[in-house]
Amino acid sequence: MGLLDQKTGNGGVIVTKFDDLINWARLSSMWPMGFGLACCAIEFMSTASTPYDLDRFGVIPRASPRQSDVMIVMGTVTFKMADRLRRLYEQMAEPRYVISMGSCSNCGGPYWQHGYHVVKGVDRIIPVDVYVPGCPPRPEALIGGLLKLQEKIRQETIVAPVAIEKFLEKEATNDI
Amino acid sequence: MIFEEILEQINAHLSDTLVKSIDENASPKAIVIDKSSLDELMIFLHKKDNLYFDSLSCLTGLDNGVEANTMEVIYNLYSIPYDHHLMVKVILERTSPILPTVTSIWKTADWQEREAYDMLGIKFLGHPDLRRILMPADWDGYPLRKDHTDQEYYRGIKIDY
Amino acid sequence: MANQVQYIFDDKNLRNSEPQKYKAEDLKSEEMVINIGPQHPSTHGVLRLEVVTNGEEVVEVVPHIGFLHRCFEKHAESIPYNQTIPFVDRMDYLAAMNSEHAYAMGVEKMLGIQDKIPKRVEYIRVLVAELNRLGSHFVALGSYGADTGALTPFFWMLRDREHILRLLEWASGARMLYNYIWIGGLFYDLPVGFEERCSEFITYLKPKLSELEKLFINNKIFVDRTANVGVLPIDLAINAGVTGPMLRGSGLKYDLRKIDGYSVYNELDFDVPVGKGKMGTVGDCWDRTWVRVEECHESIKIIEQCLVGLKGDHKRTRDFDPQELVPKKIRPKAQDLYVRSENPKGELGFFFRADGKSDIPFRCKSRGPSFMNLSVINDIAKGGLIADLIAIVGSIDIVLGEVDR
Repeated sequence: MGLLDQKTGNGGVIVTKFDDLINWARLSSMWPMGFGLACCAIEFMSTASTPYDLDRFGVIPRASPRQSDVMIVMGTVTFKMADRLRRLYEQMAEPRYVISMGSCSNCGGPYWQHGYHVVKGVDRIIPVDVYVPGCPPRPEALIGGLLKLQEKIRQETIVAPVAIEKFLEKEATNDI
Repeated sequence: MIFEEILEQINAHLSDTLVKSIDENASPKAIVIDKSSLDELMIFLHKKDNLYFDSLSCLTGLDNGVEANTMEVIYNLYSIPYDHHLMVKVILERTSPILPTVTSIWKTADWQEREAYDMLGIKFLGHPDLRRILMPADWDGYPLRKDHTDQEYYRGIKIDY
Repeated sequence: MANQVQYIFDDKNLRNSEPQKYKAEDLKSEEMVINIGPQHPSTHGVLRLEVVTNGEEVVEVVPHIGFLHRCFEKHAESIPYNQTIPFVDRMDYLAAMNSEHAYAMGVEKMLGIQDKIPKRVEYIRVLVAELNRLGSHFVALGSYGADTGALTPFFWMLRDREHILRLLEWASGARMLYNYIWIGGLFYDLPVGFEERCSEFITYLKPKLSELEKLFINNKIFVDRTANVGVLPIDLAINAGVTGPMLRGSGLKYDLRKIDGYSVYNELDFDVPVGKGKMGTVGDCWDRTWVRVEECHESIKIIEQCLVGLKGDHKRTRDFDPQELVPKKIRPKAQDLYVRSENPKGELGFFFRADGKSDIPFRCKSRGPSFMNLSVINDIAKGGLIADLIAIVGSIDIVLGEVDR
């Protein structure tokens, strides 16, 4: 209990912003849904086991979309798979994030020119948060992508910004 | 058993005019037959006790293009006990490529013929279950034909880059 | 600049793209259809199995594939021979070196230069192909353990595979998809010190394999789960085009490295393990897994012999250039060719038709071993339980990149 004691001082009381606390909880335990399609899935398996451990980041692969926060699309998305992908994305509960791993799901990959059955980028089907390039990306690159997603979550806020609210009010009154 | 001996056996036991031509350039060497003699030849090759081609390694469908106006189906046969190879080519017309099936002889032809149908539109008579295997069931056209152009959109997603 | 989301949703999309074979009206009243969908932790990729069951007992299995169809044959008809090598890699992504070896052998035979390849190049090709075979079998055994509920072998095998990937990265530059074996030679020679590191790795690996056998293969729980399950009779196997460890597990001693003796395999001394039904019937899941473990031992023997050759007779010289025979323009004469080689999954074959006029193949068909091996699943899983079906799919060892190409 050494580290926590040093941070909280006597009494064990922490004073922080609500945003920071929630974001910290969300980013330290991102549970991905394993959507392994092709070669990138094998690199994910390598990342999740020794020596590039993913468990130290709080990442545990879950099989079901209802129990996961982040969907890592690993591999080539084809038109036949597109329907299933969309259905699984919509079954995930908010807040949900998407990491597109590998060139095939970023932009169609090596199959961009003559691939009639390959979707040229998974962002034509679902909105993507972080793109990890590579074919396949190295395990260090995938971990870098996860850390980038953590940075993105750290910036989030659950309170709507006051300026945007005023702007939307003004828009609504102007429209009428 | 080498190619000439196999050819001799075919000419001796089946009719002389069955083999339309031979292709010495191919590797393994190939014989070209007409589709009406396909059934007879395949059963003979499978059942004859010193030929015994018990494994169909590969069934390829091929499109020769709009000018040549033919399609081909190529069977690569191999015999495990006797260690000899044979390639059998059948030429079909491109407008309506229809061929009898060999599923009753080799079970492996089941999925391979479905794939030839899916990619090129070659129909096999007598196949137990001829439907698309690799492409979605509501795709238009046969992708590996030389004159195939993709549709613009599928489920609203643009197909090209 | 990201794309816009373009997908249009419709209720009937799923059914229209891959219709079910059995509707509710076709079944008897006690049967039901369970869908083991494309996204599943233990189907080894995107495979959809439509299972008609009577309670827990399987009546029929209908596999639906095509979810990873990446149009390899269309690419092969549009780009020159040497530019297709990265696409060949990505078909069977666990054993990329073996696939490249088969493709390069085929094109070299068409050009007529297959006898002129220097011996050192051939020995290096066999060395990296056997290292990749070890890697592929490790993933097969590890994920089979994960399917049947044993997670420890999964981590052990992936740890050992990391060493192989690091060796191959040192040689070729990439961890998994190499583009190393080129038509007419190799991309680059082996780095200095590679042979010593490889021998160190082999000494490290041998006790690990015996640990694996004690923990996993001879473990009573695993044996109970896989013995007498999914028995594949040998005549059905030959008729259905099954090759590789699946056919050897059913009792037939058939290995293309011995029969065809391509590359330098006829100068090397190794054995071909065959399933004997030690723990159950001949041709059950345990036999196939045991054949894979024994093949790992044989691969180690081959690697040791290659290293002896590479340090001795064919050692590196200053003027050795692995790219000296790589042709600038690959334009084979008009011919048809079928080349086959022994992939870790089975017989990988390529059928080429060259038209003699251009450096782009007229037709290139790849005969994927996993495609043929998967087609027998209905016959061997009938009558078993659903849990047995998962064990059978794991023992077939499919790689969806090869099934769908």
